[in-house]
Amino acid sequence: MEWETVIGLEVHVSLSTKSKLFSGSSTEFGADPNTQASIFDCALPGTLPVFNEEALRMAVRFGVAIGAEIGKRSVFDRKNYFYPDLPKGYQVTQLDFPTVGKGALTVTLSDGSEKVIGVTRAHIEENAGKSLHEEFHGMSGIDLNRAGEPLLEIVSEPEIASAEEAVAYLKKLHTIIRYLDISDAIMAQGSMRCDVNVSIRPVGETELGTKDRNKEHQLVSLRGKGDHLRGAKTAGNSRGRWPHHSGNQTL
Amino acid sequence: MIAFASSLDQAGPITKSAEDAALMLNAMVGLDEKDSTSIDRPAEDFTASLNQPLKGLRIGVPKQHFAQGLSMEVEEAVRNALAEYEKLGATIKEVDLTNSHLSVSAYYVVAPAEASANLSRFDGVRYGYRCEDPVDLEDMYKRTRSEGFGEEVKRRIMIGTYALSAGYYDAYYRKAQKIRRFIKDDFDRAFEEVDVIIGPTSPHTAFKLGSKSDPVSMYLEDIYTIAVNLAGLPAASIPVGVANGLPMGMQIIGAYFDEAKILNVAHQFQQHTDWHKQKPGPIASNEGEA
Repeated sequence: MEWETVIGLEVHVSLSTKSKLFSGSSTEFGADPNTQASIFDCALPGTLPVFNEEALRMAVRFGVAIGAEIGKRSVFDRKNYFYPDLPKGYQVTQLDFPTVGKGALTVTLSDGSEKVIGVTRAHIEENAGKSLHEEFHGMSGIDLNRAGEPLLEIVSEPEIASAEEAVAYLKKLHTIIRYLDISDAIMAQGSMRCDVNVSIRPVGETELGTKDRNKEHQLVSLRGKGDHLRGAKTAGNSRGRWPHHSGNQTL
Repeated sequence: MIAFASSLDQAGPITKSAEDAALMLNAMVGLDEKDSTSIDRPAEDFTASLNQPLKGLRIGVPKQHFAQGLSMEVEEAVRNALAEYEKLGATIKEVDLTNSHLSVSAYYVVAPAEASANLSRFDGVRYGYRCEDPVDLEDMYKRTRSEGFGEEVKRRIMIGTYALSAGYYDAYYRKAQKIRRFIKDDFDRAFEEVDVIIGPTSPHTAFKLGSKSDPVSMYLEDIYTIAVNLAGLPAASIPVGVANGLPMGMQIIGAYFDEAKILNVAHQFQQHTDWHKQKPGPIASNEGEA
């Protein structure tokens, strides 16, 4: 049987706003641990979010650049999970109503041909803090400087057929983001990160490996320049149904 | 104020009179730049209209709030208060809050769902109780939250987490939000015909602490106030009588941003009655002994 690869990319970009998505703390890179964490970033009970409009402007700029539909109404949701570097116990993100809807990128491949790769959506969300497991003698250190920084998660359609196309897509994305000046997009500093979903299916099939869940959910993370693939099998889909944000007060 | 259910949370003062409540509200209102749910409106003096006569006031009485489940003594006390309003020149009109029977069910999906997320931060890492000598992170989470929260809180966290979980979201949370909209629409329609809506605050006088073992029967005590909370309307509860030494309350509900009208209606009642000056039996007798 002939097999083919289907790749979808999820790219996280740190938006280069001066302050965080829902607080006034600075987002400057490289500060001493926890010197850029306000009472809201620490999830002090009673504190409330104040939206950073600049993050919205940047997301819209990206959406316009890739010819995407811009959500006239976007809604933030809460994605619940417990982890010490997530002080609120949930990440604020956009589930059903992202700011950027369907769009597309055109990439040029090494043989000179062009390919249009669809972008499913791009949504704004908060970054988590950082857990440091070394230097703490069996304990973990938590740095909340990064907690609450605005991220733009750009989700591609599963239309990428090879590592070469994936790299071309990432380079194009990088160029656009740098040109728009919405992020430094430096992979080494984590301001641009990429998750790769690789699916394998018999040639000619249109469904995404739904018959074999293991094959469908081979998650691979892409590091550095994008040419080093590290594979890891996961048991389930990482993008299941999220618990919803309660703060949608539109009646 | 610590978040419980963000879309329902609201600060409200407990005062000795409607006039005091107006003074408190004067101090409390206004835009808070660190609270995106606050609204920038022109300053208002809530004491200014307290003495406005009630002649011509149209009072809506929801038939669903006087139906099965309401105790006779509370009904009588509220009906007497309505008669007092008629003496002051108000007219009474029955209004239909068709979906009010759904409010408790909707509330007990929305509130636990939001609470389950809002209470996540009490995990032993930073705030509140932390269990003794946790062996690892998971042990700390589990024991901190099992030991630190009370039964009712844990019940709500579990119900809320269930209502939000994959596959149940549409059946519970989304449906509850739709019901919430219907409840709001009922009030909007009613306020096209009346200025305020008046009914009992709760169906019975206060029950003894711990006397209700069934949570649902306890939830039903909030049946009249919950709909107002879901609709996001302002309301005041004022004393209208005493039964078996315990106070009974009447709820005055206003349209959006009609707090001044509510306080005016409450204040006029208190100018002509003295229920708000009476102390409930146990407090009065304790003072007698002292």
